[in-house]
Amino acid sequence: MIELADVPPDVLDLVGAYQYEIDGGFPVEHGYIWTTCASVENGNPLFWDDAVAAEVTDGPIAPPTMLSVWFRPHHWSPGLEEPAVPLQAHFDLKEQLSLPEAIIADNTITFHDPVRIGDRIRSRQVLRSISEPKTTKLGTGRFWVLDVEYLNQHDAIVGVETYTAFGYTREGVEGASA
Amino acid sequence: MTTTASLRHGDVTTGQDLPKLSVQVTATTVVLGALASRDWRPMHHDYDFAVNRQGTQDIFLNTPNQAAWFERYLTDWTGPLGRLGTMTFKMQDSVFPGNTMVMTGSVTDTSVDAAGVGWVDVDISLMADDRTCTTCTARVAVPTNDDDNPWSRRGDQWNPRGD
Repeated sequence: MIELADVPPDVLDLVGAYQYEIDGGFPVEHGYIWTTCASVENGNPLFWDDAVAAEVTDGPIAPPTMLSVWFRPHHWSPGLEEPAVPLQAHFDLKEQLSLPEAIIADNTITFHDPVRIGDRIRSRQVLRSISEPKTTKLGTGRFWVLDVEYLNQHDAIVGVETYTAFGYTREGVEGASA
Repeated sequence: MTTTASLRHGDVTTGQDLPKLSVQVTATTVVLGALASRDWRPMHHDYDFAVNRQGTQDIFLNTPNQAAWFERYLTDWTGPLGRLGTMTFKMQDSVFPGNTMVMTGSVTDTSVDAAGVGWVDVDISLMADDRTCTTCTARVAVPTNDDDNPWSRRGDQWNPRGD
């Protein structure tokens, strides 16, 4: 049976603290909305008919499930060195808790204010909880819950992605890679 | 509201099935979906990488685009006044070119919250041929009457998780 070390105080201090505030690289734009709708043959008039959008949503909006689209870096841009790792707080925890393996057990997206054309969206990560040690069929470790909050330029929350992860060490495996 | 082609909360019952959606997946489906969601990772457009480096049978549909398929599936049913509240995924297998992707769904609950929002909870299954690839639990608001528009809800009037 693997004995897990206590959670270090500096990691406990991260619970509820905002980390990794990132600005989306470009304003929300209609072209990507149409391309996304075309990719799934989504004919919802909210995204194609300005009159319907004006009546229902006070103007054009993006499909809610496009939330993360506005944060993916360009494949190339001037001066780009290492692209930011999505969910960096998750990878930090693996290292801080010495839990080399991890799975995302659950991913929930909650949709709030609509995302509108021209919005500048930013995100921030916040650790919500760390569990006591648990043993599952994967190994021994801890569950943690991380939120990625998305806000618009008016500081209104437009969505939250909630990840429940299980970081663990496999029995009998030393230093297994992530 | 003059936009009438939308489902009303009173028309929905627990156990009700959503219409099935069947899509023939091609390499274009996968690549277009990946690029639309700005996902440049090679397993979603490079056959050689997917097969010889990653050991999968082909390139495969990425997660954000599957979310877009689920949204389209739900709002085809609800109409434009349907507003997504939450979506939870569990990925089990991959969707490849050549597969017939089939989405089915059923209503697991209906409720009206304290703010008057009419919620419908739906379980959706995405299958590729005979394999269950992704399951999704979604919560969508639909109008409770002809004057209700879920999209007009803000602040305390919009609480998808019921916190």
